[in-house]
Amino acid sequence: MEKVLEARHINKHFRKPVEFHVLKDINLEVRKGEFVTVMGKSGCGKSTLLYILSTMDTEYDGELWLNNKLISGLHADRLSHIRNKYLGFVFQFHYLLSEFTVLENVMLPAKKLGERPIEQIREDAMQKLDVLEIGHLAEKRANRISGGEKQRVAIARALINDPVLLMGDEPTGNLDSQNAENVFRIFRNLSQEQGLSLLVVTHDDDFAQKTDRIIRMEDGYILDKG
Amino acid sequence: MNQTKVLLNIAKTHLLTKFRQTSTAALGVTFGIGAYITLVSFMTGLNKMLDDMILNQTPHVHIYNEIQPSEEQPIQRYETFKNAFNVVHTVKPKQNQNRIHDALPIIQKLNRDPNVLCALPQVRAQVFYVAGTIEMGGTITGIDIMKEVEYFNFADYIVEGNPVDLKNTDNGILLGIGIAEDMSLEIGDRVQVTSTSGTVFPLKIVGFFQSGLAEIDNARSYTTIKTAQKLVQGATNYITDINLKLRNISEAPAVAGSVERQFGLTAVDINEANAQFETGTTIRNLITYAVSITLLIVAGFGIYNILNMLIYEKMNDIAILKATGFSGGDVQLIFIMQALIIGIVGGILGLIIGIGLAHLIDGIPFETEALPTVSTYPVNHNPWFYAIGITFAIISTFLAGYLPSRRAKRMDPVKIIRGQ
Repeated sequence: MEKVLEARHINKHFRKPVEFHVLKDINLEVRKGEFVTVMGKSGCGKSTLLYILSTMDTEYDGELWLNNKLISGLHADRLSHIRNKYLGFVFQFHYLLSEFTVLENVMLPAKKLGERPIEQIREDAMQKLDVLEIGHLAEKRANRISGGEKQRVAIARALINDPVLLMGDEPTGNLDSQNAENVFRIFRNLSQEQGLSLLVVTHDDDFAQKTDRIIRMEDGYILDKG
Repeated sequence: MNQTKVLLNIAKTHLLTKFRQTSTAALGVTFGIGAYITLVSFMTGLNKMLDDMILNQTPHVHIYNEIQPSEEQPIQRYETFKNAFNVVHTVKPKQNQNRIHDALPIIQKLNRDPNVLCALPQVRAQVFYVAGTIEMGGTITGIDIMKEVEYFNFADYIVEGNPVDLKNTDNGILLGIGIAEDMSLEIGDRVQVTSTSGTVFPLKIVGFFQSGLAEIDNARSYTTIKTAQKLVQGATNYITDINLKLRNISEAPAVAGSVERQFGLTAVDINEANAQFETGTTIRNLITYAVSITLLIVAGFGIYNILNMLIYEKMNDIAILKATGFSGGDVQLIFIMQALIIGIVGGILGLIIGIGLAHLIDGIPFETEALPTVSTYPVNHNPWFYAIGITFAIISTFLAGYLPSRRAKRMDPVKIIRGQ
């Protein structure tokens, strides 16, 4: 299977408040269609790793490859474009723009990409919402829907540009078990039916056990690549 | 471009949901620009009126023959005392004539000068106005009335009567309003004028003029050149003064200098005559601009403050925009657009209010003895002020938005997302 994302010898130091070596020679890869979780105790560096892999954090040593292209060291605007086109994010908090409708929130990254006409984007966004069973909320303001619904909107937004890799930072952390189960089911489907790769940081052992592979981290090292 | 539209849409939505703060910021700009336009229009209108009062009546260059002692006393020509220290007591002015020698050829020559718009001859004479037993000292000036009207806006100062009447009436006189009031004279009356040589002339009053300067209105009157020449018993080439109007006022000192050298006459240019006036204008302008700019700076701080707050409130939005692929520049543009929207909307409203107020002031009656031509407050409706006002609104709001927008641009999304 081809590699979607590959990290080679990633090292990261926090300089403030004291010098601290957070990530120690991290090597990992995510293959196409794979559903991978990263687990570890608080402070083991798993979130730090995720943000480096997401290209948002650029202060690290080592190489990052996406679709077999080196992307570490690229200009910030170029990285923005890569995030826009190839990566999707779901965070613990939904981060919807509260003044916009659900549909507008989902459409926003595609409008930024600007590769499709606006009608097409609207149609695609509606389709994503329908798949996630929240099509009926499309015209509602983003701050008028429930927490579980918000997280599903956030997933739809992450998917709008058909990314190659979906990243999650505790995407079920704020959800009750039923909604968490829903989100897991959605992720599972995406990986199985659409061949989407997923890389999810989580504390939730039940969640992790059902995924393809678990990467365990401790004190900045990878203990087990699953 | 399409992407700019996306950013503009975000900017607009932010502003509309924070409508109260936005409108407060825009109102700041509105008042700043409105006050600027009102102030500048009114102040420059006032300045222009005061300038005109002087400029219209004052020739750019005034040429006359000054009574003065000879520069060179006869003893200085005497070879024997060449190296001696000569003291001459009780130096008297040179025996001289009031009139300009060879005035007519000089006028012809000046009229051919490309710098000169026109050269107008005048005949000044000292006279007494006599009504019954009352005698009042004053001057009478013989002028070419129609040319004075054309080049020196003389008609503005004629409060009663018609300038053409002076031209068409033999022995007519245009009396200063002060003299007329003192002597209770009306149009059509005759006033006796005694010249310095003692001859009495009855002149028919064709109108009154009011310059706004009491000293002039109480002493001066105008007649035709011919009548004035008769008064002083001079020939048709008897001319005491030549007034020049130039194409370009800044040439005045140069022209005055060349006339003095060439003809040996005294020539006073307008800058020399009204130096203190220029200073007053400059200071008034300075005050106007200082006040307006202060207002706009205050408005600018308002915008700066509101955008800073908005950015703080919208940190999550900024983080997710950056996470989903909007670059720092995009985010910066959103906030700059917001500042500019506030600036443009506020500026246009300010423009409307400013123009409205200026027109309102323009309509308020303002009648004063000193200014016969003015019936309402003077306002200068110069489109340049509107352009400057709106440009300044845009520039100042841009600057006020630029600093906070840079903060938004640099904001690290990871810190915000991980901080939750």
